[in-house]
Amino acid sequence: MPNLEMIERAAAAREKVNTEIVPALLETFKDRAEQITPTNDQIPQVFINPGSLLDVALWLKDRGFNVLVDVAGADYYPARDPRFEVIYHFRQFPALGMIRVRVRCTEKDQPASVSHIWPMAEAPEREVYDQFGIKFANHPNLKRILNPDDWEGHPLRRDYPLRGPRALINLEMPAEQNRYAAFEGVDDANTEHGK
Amino acid sequence: MAQTFETHQQDRMTLSIGPHHPATHGVLRVILELEGETIRKATPETGFLHTGIEKTAENLTWNQATTVVDRMDYLNCIGNNVGYCLAVEKLLGITDRIPERATVARVLLMELQRITSHLVYIGTGGLDLGAMTPFFWCFDLREQILDIFEEVTGQRMNPSYMRVGGLAHDLPAHFKEIVGNFLKVAPAKMQDLRNLILGNPIFIDRTKGTAKISMEKALGLGLTGHNLRITGCDYDVRKYYPYCGYENYDFKVPTYQNGDLFDRIAIRFDEVDESLKICQQALANLPDGRHIIDDRKLVLPPKAEVKQSMEALIHHFKLVQSGFDVPAGEVYHAVESPRGELGFYIISDGGNKPMRMRVRGPAFYATYALAELLPGHYVGDMAGIIAGVDPVFGEVDR
Amino acid sequence: MSDVFGKDGGFVTTTVDGFLRWSKANSIWPLTFGLACCAIEMMNLTAPRYDLAQWGSEAFRASPRQADLMIVSGRLCNKMVPVAKQVYQQMAEPKWVVAMGACASTGGIFDNYAVVQGVDNVIPVDVYIPGCPPTPDAVIHAIQMLRERIKRDDPKGGLKVNA
Repeated sequence: MPNLEMIERAAAAREKVNTEIVPALLETFKDRAEQITPTNDQIPQVFINPGSLLDVALWLKDRGFNVLVDVAGADYYPARDPRFEVIYHFRQFPALGMIRVRVRCTEKDQPASVSHIWPMAEAPEREVYDQFGIKFANHPNLKRILNPDDWEGHPLRRDYPLRGPRALINLEMPAEQNRYAAFEGVDDANTEHGK
Repeated sequence: MAQTFETHQQDRMTLSIGPHHPATHGVLRVILELEGETIRKATPETGFLHTGIEKTAENLTWNQATTVVDRMDYLNCIGNNVGYCLAVEKLLGITDRIPERATVARVLLMELQRITSHLVYIGTGGLDLGAMTPFFWCFDLREQILDIFEEVTGQRMNPSYMRVGGLAHDLPAHFKEIVGNFLKVAPAKMQDLRNLILGNPIFIDRTKGTAKISMEKALGLGLTGHNLRITGCDYDVRKYYPYCGYENYDFKVPTYQNGDLFDRIAIRFDEVDESLKICQQALANLPDGRHIIDDRKLVLPPKAEVKQSMEALIHHFKLVQSGFDVPAGEVYHAVESPRGELGFYIISDGGNKPMRMRVRGPAFYATYALAELLPGHYVGDMAGIIAGVDPVFGEVDR
Repeated sequence: MSDVFGKDGGFVTTTVDGFLRWSKANSIWPLTFGLACCAIEMMNLTAPRYDLAQWGSEAFRASPRQADLMIVSGRLCNKMVPVAKQVYQQMAEPKWVVAMGACASTGGIFDNYAVVQGVDNVIPVDVYIPGCPPTPDAVIHAIQMLRERIKRDDPKGGLKVNA
């Protein structure tokens, strides 16, 4: 027969997060946090500004959100300014509630690194730096992780061409050396995003 | 005292292992600081397989992106597909309209894929610890499952068989027969493997007590999957946040208490047994019906209709030309891959392509946990420990 | 006398040459250069069903000094390029390269900043195998093709190629 106990437990935890934790969070961090209506996965989400990240993370840890699930980056260029967002998913274990904290930041903002609280955050923060260019304050080892160390540019930004440095090949090389000459004028994958 | 400390420090040697190395299970560089044969510090360096999958997915339509998602954790292709499709289906809001046949088939194929992944783990793990026979036995058993995949999806590996809304095409007519034949022979072979490996005194000697980890440390390092279940925690996404009807299946989640390398390998045998149980139940319950959702805005209409009905033609045109649009929003959906919690965080801006597809790969955290697991052991244990955390570098580097 | 030890190879040297080519072709020891998904299919190649050892590839060596054939199985990414070059240069002649799979041949489905569009941008390739991933049957076909051509001395095994 179906084992619905866990589903009910997750639903109860979600209810608790929505009714108790989120309002308390918004109350405590009055001008620095703002709630966004949750979308289809029913995980409550709040926007905060980069300076208050460490405070919010410690506050949540005190209330049982002891597991950091993931640190992700996103780029909303050109739709929005500030263009970047660093997204943290926290989970209460074993109570199962989840919350998503989204830090809106520009290129210059330096959110605090949480790797001294959750050692696993060191690697994804390096990845966010590598792919988006967002630096994290007090990070023990902020180097590129996915691209070679001397790579220029931050690939996952929306204004970085899909083909990277090769995207310029068509323009600079004479036709005989240009391996892509035959494909001139064919619809490119990267014409949608600004070159 | 100060002088002996100084000379002691100077005895450290830095050794760079990989990225081309038989024991690193792929392209991994580990920089070890050795004092004699003992590892004092280990720094994993990844990125040698960075394929830009997340950026590529931003330029592919929602259905096309299932092809690149396959190639991340290439030992769990169907699982990656299903996770991605479930996340997009959540964004579309069609999760409860997926036909039952598609859901049960997804579970069945995911569990078979899980068995293939565990067999590779046991086979290559044995190879790293010096045993050649498990490699041949595991890969031979695995070939039977790959035959099933070839009959169903057309490809042994990277099939990209899932679509948003169900399966790409229906299961073949003899599906129940071929899966049934496999399920008849598998338990005996797994028992043979168990007898071969887990009772072997050399294996026990090498693995008991190696790379021990506690539950708090594992949670802090972001470990999930078997890396966490050997510490006594029973976290399994299929039980905690069920999807695809997993709450209807009767299976246990094996947990061990010691947290060492022996547990890591022994738990895999139990997990294969549980997967076989789920496969039996799914096979018995496989209903007839549609294999994909009945929504012309998402799924191509049958070709005969396209030639007769104007609406079908327009739907076909729109879907082939630019794919369907997904309403704006974000979703985080996790599935249980053989390596742990595989999470898909997808942001849509209302268009026909994902705006941002972030994949939370469990092997990423497992690889960086090596910095905690390796120190204190001999260099000779390194291969076993790296194999034990089950890294797959397509997922670590994406 | 000049017949036997002639300039373009008299009777003795051509027979010895033929024998050497036959022995090269029948004892190709591949290098374990598995990168991504194709590496798993390459592992299936050593497994009992497809068994590459039947044609002389008994041992897959990890050290490039001891291997003859570099099967590049998987996508070659930016960080890995110097490693691939170094491993190829360390191999002793005669050496051959097989680009296994679409990603190694031309970059495959990944036409982006991170993947080198074909391993032949970096090292010379003798046989290309299409597929994503190619079935082990396809790889066996490619190896057989390579063996036939080695017997005819067609790819010289890195001896005349600029590094």
